[in-house]
Amino acid sequence: MANLEPTKQRGGLVAIDGAMALIVILLIVQIWLLSATLEAFLAGHSGPVVPAAIFSGLLFSASLTLDIFVNRIDQSSRRP
Amino acid sequence: MSLFRSPNEEPLWKDEFSVFTSDERYVTRRQFTKFLTLASLGMFVGNLWILLKSRFAKTPAFPSIEVAELNEIPVRGVKLFNYPTPQDHCIMIRTSEEEYVAYSQKCTHLSCAVYYSAKNDRLECPCHQGFFSVKDGSVLQGPPPRPLPQITLEREGTKLVAIAVKGT
Repeated sequence: MANLEPTKQRGGLVAIDGAMALIVILLIVQIWLLSATLEAFLAGHSGPVVPAAIFSGLLFSASLTLDIFVNRIDQSSRRP
Repeated sequence: MSLFRSPNEEPLWKDEFSVFTSDERYVTRRQFTKFLTLASLGMFVGNLWILLKSRFAKTPAFPSIEVAELNEIPVRGVKLFNYPTPQDHCIMIRTSEEEYVAYSQKCTHLSCAVYYSAKNDRLECPCHQGFFSVKDGSVLQGPPPRPLPQITLEREGTKLVAIAVKGT
């Protein structure tokens, strides 16, 4: 396990860092989306509620996919 | 085959508590990614909650309350009243001979009481200089994020009656 060549380990870490950065960006968009939807809803406008929920679901799916990707990279990089 | 963890000879705890320092970097990153994904799920659930709330929200029933007599106030005159509950302060303005408008007196910024400025023909919030249009309650200037909720008025004979609140 620990005898993996350093290049493979480093490559795995870079891929995971990239995926993490993407998830952070998606999460920031989701936080903004939630606050904007809440603001609109409290103002009595329910028009953006449905598209916002769909878009938020898509963003969550993307985050989940990246999480699965990170787990796979983790497994393939750590185990020979 | 599991989506998150392929079957392995080693027990699960060895994945999370590795004895190798080099593996530790993976564990912390994986855990942080899991945390971010759960936060993302939380945001999605929040949006779903708003969606359900908007779908199943009950339409509020407003009472009919007599606000004033016709011609009780002069043109550009003001009358304060409470609607729909005694805690909700409202302001009615006679904008012309035949036209009356009424709004909630609570500023949509930080809830200060707005007043009518006849000189500028607008509703003004003295706290942070938020100005609203007399015509429709929309924000003209300042920090308020939303228009003032408008009170729907109806004429019943010689009386003006408040029947609903729009934009709460």
